[in-house]
Amino acid sequence: MEGLNTVGLVEVLTLDGLDDVVRVLRDQGRKVIGPIVRDGVITHDEFDSVSELPHGWTEDQDGGRYRLVPTGTDEVFGFSSPSTSWKRYLYPERTLLIRARRDNGTVEVVQPQPDAPAVAFFGIRSCDLVALGILDRVFLDREATDPTYAARRSDVFIVAAACNRPGKTCFCASMDTGPTPRSGFDLSVRELHGDGRHEFLVEAGSERGTELLATIASRRATTADLDTAQALHGRAAASMGRRMDPQDPPLAALDPDHPRWDDVANRCLACGNCTMVCPTCFCNATEDSTNLTGTEAERWRVWDSCFSIDFSHLHGGSVRSTVKSRYRQWLLHKLVTWHDQFDVSGCVGCGRCITWCPVGIDLTAEITALATPQQSAGRKGVPS
Amino acid sequence: MSSDLKPSLAVWKFASCDGCQLTLLDCEDELLAVADQLEIAYFPEASSAMAAGPYDLSLVEGSITTPHDVERIQAVRRDSKFLVTIGACATSGGIQALRNFGDVEELMSIVYASPAFVSTLETSTPISDHVQVDFELRGCPIDRSQLLEVIGAYLAGRQPVIASHSVCMECKLKGNPCVMVANGTPCLGPVTHAGCGALCPTFNRGCYGCFGPAETANTDAMIAALNANGMGDDEVERLFHTFNAWSRPFRSAPVPVAPPIRKTR
Repeated sequence: MEGLNTVGLVEVLTLDGLDDVVRVLRDQGRKVIGPIVRDGVITHDEFDSVSELPHGWTEDQDGGRYRLVPTGTDEVFGFSSPSTSWKRYLYPERTLLIRARRDNGTVEVVQPQPDAPAVAFFGIRSCDLVALGILDRVFLDREATDPTYAARRSDVFIVAAACNRPGKTCFCASMDTGPTPRSGFDLSVRELHGDGRHEFLVEAGSERGTELLATIASRRATTADLDTAQALHGRAAASMGRRMDPQDPPLAALDPDHPRWDDVANRCLACGNCTMVCPTCFCNATEDSTNLTGTEAERWRVWDSCFSIDFSHLHGGSVRSTVKSRYRQWLLHKLVTWHDQFDVSGCVGCGRCITWCPVGIDLTAEITALATPQQSAGRKGVPS
Repeated sequence: MSSDLKPSLAVWKFASCDGCQLTLLDCEDELLAVADQLEIAYFPEASSAMAAGPYDLSLVEGSITTPHDVERIQAVRRDSKFLVTIGACATSGGIQALRNFGDVEELMSIVYASPAFVSTLETSTPISDHVQVDFELRGCPIDRSQLLEVIGAYLAGRQPVIASHSVCMECKLKGNPCVMVANGTPCLGPVTHAGCGALCPTFNRGCYGCFGPAETANTDAMIAALNANGMGDDEVERLFHTFNAWSRPFRSAPVPVAPPIRKTR
């Protein structure tokens, strides 16, 4: 069965049982963060009970368009990608790196301890879970481990949730990253819904997940439950609105002077929305500030985007002054050179960059067009 | 720093509403620190004690709209070691630059009872059209924190941390969903310079561009998106033609020319 970790406990819970899971996590002193409806979208925030989850809501997502739509059912996880990714909880938008104070000719530098609240991620999708694994490679598996990310990541309790209703911009199935979580969770939930039934097949993926699940009133999963879950998985995998070949074209196969780069640059606003909503984009800028009297200074790390001019500012100016060069940088890094850097694609198929692009630029369409040879507009091998 | 070594500050006004220089007075909690670090030498809005130049730091508000302004800004520049323009008027010509798209004679005949007494230029233009500007601070009005950042950076001898990317980046740093994508609300955020902290989208309103164009603003693509969200060409023109209408990217937004203004009296 897809994604089933046969060594873990597999149980069937009612909605009340699922609420008990939230209660136990809260009793452990954790902030439980999950999907909630706010400002006309499904986003993430801390919640107290499963009654606050998006019961009966799904979304109509397409290029540059997102609308909440009622499902007409009481499904709890009947949606696809929430508007925000989970990276902000591990890699905050703004992080204070150091604080310095000058007093009577001496300078005292303080590196604050990373703020790492105990949290549980509840209802994280398979695509976003794979994205966390990618961020782990970026922030933990390199020569320099990021202390903020490491502190926040170390103890996160993860309750994943399989996706039953992928959206029009989803393509995790073709990227082999979903729709059912395979690993990296403490518990994984599959909502069994329909024909008057509303239950949750819950699989433990860790020791602490098994321990927690054992404390919840539940019944053993039957073969019929597993068959139902498998059928839902198959239906979800077959209903992805987009697809992309995970075997991304090698860099050499992509013509840097392909006319499609000009075409997409004409449509691209270079606003940076795609990188901000992407669950794996991790670039940042370092900002120094001083107080008016010059006695205190702070250094902050702030999310940045390869779509800003300052991002590639070197001595003398920006090396990627055109939108064309910035879009090319983003797409080639995400889909091609990310493999060289991290042994994995930077894309997990969540579709957020398509939905949240104000002009609906679709990387699946762009990479398809770019991988198709065309008469080049410029000279070969001369970047513009 | 002893008082005789304090850098001197001058605040100048050209065609403007005074809102930007009032932002300096609005820095209530930090005003004493500013006064402690800078000698406020010339600030008629705040004090009638006006010291002669030259000045180390000049903040210039307003646009150039009269023959007298054209001469005066040269004198201000000569008297200023470091000149910072503050606000949309000084950096792009302001709302009064709407005259640049019409006929000034005709406008004067509508607005003033006795236009013969009015001495004005045909255009309202930013300070940088006339003199070298060392830094431009955007906004209508400017943001208090950004003003303090510019002053603090000047005092520390460093670059101010003022981003020139889009409002969208600030909006997403706040965790806001995009109002255009989620609600179909027309929003100029993607082509507008950051600095306000995405104030309007945070309250589910579309950005109306009061910080002027972002770096490399793609107005053609923006207009296509506004049209796709149900905005007609005349509405698009009105959206671009506000406080920063004369900024180059907004000015050249390819919208239909407005019908000639009718004289009503």
